[in-house]
Amino acid sequence: MDIVSLMAMTYDELLKLYPMMGDFFSSYGLPEPDGKAKLRMFFNSLDEHYLLEVGTSLSMLREHFLKFITHLSDFDINYNTVRSMEIIGGFDKQGRKEDVRLKLEAGDILSIVGPTGAGKSRLLEDIECLAQGDTPTRRRILINGAEPEENIRFGVDNRLVAQLSQNMNFVVDLCVADFLTLHAESRMVDNPHIITERIFQTANELAGEKFTRSTPVTALSGGQSRALMIADTACLSRSPVVLIDEIENAGVDRSMALELLIQQEKIVLLVTHDPLLALMAPRRLVIRDGGMRELLQRSEAELVSMEKLKTMTAGFERLRKEMRQGSELKL
Amino acid sequence: MKMVTVAGAPSCGKTSVILHLAQELKGRGHKPAVVKFDCISSQDEAVYRDVGIEVTTGLAGGLCPDHFFVSNIDASWLWAKETGADILITESAGLCSRCSPHIKGITAVCVIDNLSGVNTPRKIGPMLRTADIVIITKGDIVSQAEREVFAYRVRRVNPSARIFACNGLTGQGAFALYREIERSPEIDGVEGLILRFTMPAALCSYCLGERKVGHDYQIGNTRTMNFN
Repeated sequence: MDIVSLMAMTYDELLKLYPMMGDFFSSYGLPEPDGKAKLRMFFNSLDEHYLLEVGTSLSMLREHFLKFITHLSDFDINYNTVRSMEIIGGFDKQGRKEDVRLKLEAGDILSIVGPTGAGKSRLLEDIECLAQGDTPTRRRILINGAEPEENIRFGVDNRLVAQLSQNMNFVVDLCVADFLTLHAESRMVDNPHIITERIFQTANELAGEKFTRSTPVTALSGGQSRALMIADTACLSRSPVVLIDEIENAGVDRSMALELLIQQEKIVLLVTHDPLLALMAPRRLVIRDGGMRELLQRSEAELVSMEKLKTMTAGFERLRKEMRQGSELKL
Repeated sequence: MKMVTVAGAPSCGKTSVILHLAQELKGRGHKPAVVKFDCISSQDEAVYRDVGIEVTTGLAGGLCPDHFFVSNIDASWLWAKETGADILITESAGLCSRCSPHIKGITAVCVIDNLSGVNTPRKIGPMLRTADIVIITKGDIVSQAEREVFAYRVRRVNPSARIFACNGLTGQGAFALYREIERSPEIDGVEGLILRFTMPAALCSYCLGERKVGHDYQIGNTRTMNFN
């Protein structure tokens, strides 16, 4: 839309077309325009001296106003078109070549295992920045069979990769419901209420202990935080690739969490030290000495082991519950 | 010589970002020099020197730090030139949020951190709004959702900027910044250039709205740094 037709609109008309513009003027320290007034009138009424006081100017405000509207209109372009991602090997810590070309498709899950310090996080970093032979490992990441465009690779607006790690915390001073609404708004979804309710319900199913909509996000337990982050990433994050770094101790239903992400057609890469979690992926990549060493397919025998592991884990969970309730621990 | 002004609130990660940027520059044959502007004290000179980067510090003391910055930026340029540097990086803290050291024609970087809270982008004025490049730090310790909300809110107050995430601990993201800096124009000096935005009022010609850089334009209570 051009500036002339925009300026001929009233503020109410603008909000109808671009609901996200509701907070625009207030983020520049300006009062909300009158809904019935044409935008041209609003801009003309602004006093340059006052604008200087709040750190802006008429020309800056006009330019940002137009550019931000353009940005809102472009928001959904180039998204959700990731059908595949390929990891092309580089070199390990000793400079040996990695003979790897690994393709992942939407809905695939890959577990990444290896000793501490072997280079698992380095691989996640390479994927996160969609490396093109320009990181220390010289690996390359292709999207849909090609090198990703620069704005996809470097900008924060079109991130293809979302992350979930044990180091992440909520820091914002909001309750669960307000926080989810805030996120939904910044993602420009049409019915924020429906999606936030779905995230809330899902997170509560994932978490061992229940929480309410009015719980401050900073007061959530480790498990509850992780559950909310997983549900939020699955339902609301636009990024088609999800990197998960060691969430085993989080106290969430891990198989359900992975199921949720796969249902959303995400490509999931999972660094883990937990055998059950590693087996949930049909393929697992072994990292040693900074290099991708082996790609293992989950065998029939491992599927049997996985069932046994599930029983063991359930037994362990039961013990944990009994211990918490002060019962005597008997095996 | 190329030049970059890096600004951001205290403790947002400016020095870490610049250190990683400087390593990228050095690794590709550039010679960066850093002028660190601070208020009361700064220990960062040693940090830069440890990794072999030419550095000098200016302390504003009782003066407004950004006014102090602009009163010394032409001399900083000459100092950097004398050290044989091919890129000058200035680091200054935006303390009152209404100030900005950014100059027209010189690449302007604003560093802002995820931990500062989702309302911070709207609280920071011209330093963020007029930057060419915005670097968002400390994304590794907040949730993915908060990263997304924060980036969106930065975008809202600066729809033109190139926005990158950078991890000050690992340096992840510094390469993207390096690529932008590499493309910065070569400039002949800062004399006569114009600040992107006026500084808030109080004590020297810049308080009265002066925007031209250079000794001739400095009237009133200014203080000059000693580069020796």
